[in-house]
Amino acid sequence: MFSIILHKEVLILRIIVLIKEVPDMEKVRFDSEKGVVDRKSAGTEVNPFDLNALEAAVQMKEIADASVTALCMGPPQAEKSLKEAIARGADEGILLSDAAFGGSDTWATSITLVAAIKKMGDYDYIFAGEKTVDGDTGQVGSEVASMLKIPQICFVESLEMNKEGLTAMVAVWDGIYRKTLTGKGMLTFTKAANTPRLPGIREKMKARKMEIPVWDLRFLSEYLNETDTGFKGSPTKVKKVVVPPVLHRKGKIFREINDACLREVKGALIARGITEGVKK
Amino acid sequence: MTQQNNPILIVAEHNGQSIHPITYELMGKAKELAKQQNLPLAVLALVSPTVDLQELRFRGANSIFYIRHDCFASPDESLYAQNMSNVIRDLEPEVILIGATPFGRSLAPRLAAILETGLTADCTDLKMEEGHLVQIRPAFSENILAHIQTETKPQMATVRYKEFAEAERNEKEPSEMIELQTLETVGHQAIKTERISDFIVDITEAPVVVSGGRGLKKAEDFKLLQALADALGGMLGGSRAVVEEGFISKDHQVGYSGHRVKPVLYVACGISGAPQHLAGMKEAEMIIAINSDPSAPIFQIADYGIVGDLYEVIPKLISEISR
Repeated sequence: MFSIILHKEVLILRIIVLIKEVPDMEKVRFDSEKGVVDRKSAGTEVNPFDLNALEAAVQMKEIADASVTALCMGPPQAEKSLKEAIARGADEGILLSDAAFGGSDTWATSITLVAAIKKMGDYDYIFAGEKTVDGDTGQVGSEVASMLKIPQICFVESLEMNKEGLTAMVAVWDGIYRKTLTGKGMLTFTKAANTPRLPGIREKMKARKMEIPVWDLRFLSEYLNETDTGFKGSPTKVKKVVVPPVLHRKGKIFREINDACLREVKGALIARGITEGVKK
Repeated sequence: MTQQNNPILIVAEHNGQSIHPITYELMGKAKELAKQQNLPLAVLALVSPTVDLQELRFRGANSIFYIRHDCFASPDESLYAQNMSNVIRDLEPEVILIGATPFGRSLAPRLAAILETGLTADCTDLKMEEGHLVQIRPAFSENILAHIQTETKPQMATVRYKEFAEAERNEKEPSEMIELQTLETVGHQAIKTERISDFIVDITEAPVVVSGGRGLKKAEDFKLLQALADALGGMLGGSRAVVEEGFISKDHQVGYSGHRVKPVLYVACGISGAPQHLAGMKEAEMIIAINSDPSAPIFQIADYGIVGDLYEVIPKLISEISR
């Protein structure tokens, strides 16, 4: 954390990348009887969208004097994800970890991240993934930006650095918009934005040796009240979890393609009103 | 405000030109909840002067609060959120519903943070229980439905498009129109926004989607699917596997990490039916699956399944359709 003071002395861009450690959602299995994710069925990884945010930050480092700090809130083992962020080009990582942060909804998560960002001091840009694959809300980026009263550009599909600042293309309403940020701000990234690089060997070695500072509630106490974070600080509460019945349709399966099958399918299309191009 | 009860408030979605149909869907569901709880239904529309608000009046709301200003011609969520928060503090709504469109999903958290209230994302159902809004949303690749309540007011949620029927049209009792003033017309000076182009591909609005998966051998084979899509008046979709292979662009991806589609007809060609894919298409009105593996899970949710080689089945299907 002391490296932050060093950053201030030289005029370089400071980028904070928000990272979350998530279960591998493509592999994770779900226990329908208990209504919970079987976390043992898959490993954890850095939220894939956050890797696009990190890649964008690391690319900026290549064209400008910039430093990249990965910030993650999670259990102590999430240190692994910060080390991965360093292996992929971040300069340092900070872990926000405290039992008091557990059970945070998006509001409580945002307020905790905001406290840490204030504690870090000045910054130019905050980058985040457009959403996480486990929570799938996409709310934390905008909530953090709103709490910090900085502008935001959500769902960035491509990014360019120029004399004015950062220019991003986004898909919103029914069009493509170009948004240019000329001061500090928050950007959230889609997967289209770039292709995240793989960790390099030298960076991996560096990451292995790096100490990851752990910031707890006490450390953030000037900016964060215990009652605002974790389960207690969360205004939204999951009251119940329902496992929906597995969807089945009483479909008709044809074991081979024959005239009867074709006629029946065509009949069904016409019955559904799909007649454009369908000759009766 | 003169109303006795605090309203359920719908945030009108538009594209700078016209009102988005999700607004009428939210009004339909909200009307039902409002009746149950004896609450008024209000709509808040921040629009540029070119947006026509007439239709909003005929969808059963008690009042339409609106602000017209050129500054709302661009999707600048911080400007929208600032102006909305001022109105909302006066209205003190019980509930605020916002469409889970890209704009709604970036506006709602911006607004919730200013209002210091909780927010639930991407709901697929809503109900009232003992005066509280129960917000129902799928989680963990749609494996569960979480029932969420908010302990702060207003209770805010974004709601998915095409979940509810539009509010019925009633010209006899038009809503009261209440014009409000813009308090801030300049958002963050640090952001400049300009429109570049219209969307090129939007498969979520297509009545028919013909999708390909791992069963396709090479990118060019999408031409075969395109021929079927053309015959049916539809658009092309793809599973994550073929998008990652580079067979088709990401705009066409259907599934958990792509688009959710709800067409009249979905044709799955060479797609096995992983839960992550089903999450994006299982609500299609009619599903036709073509796969060479009779045990493929896609057949369990298909209305019509054809076991066979897609390279043999699709041409026959095309010639039958156009015969």
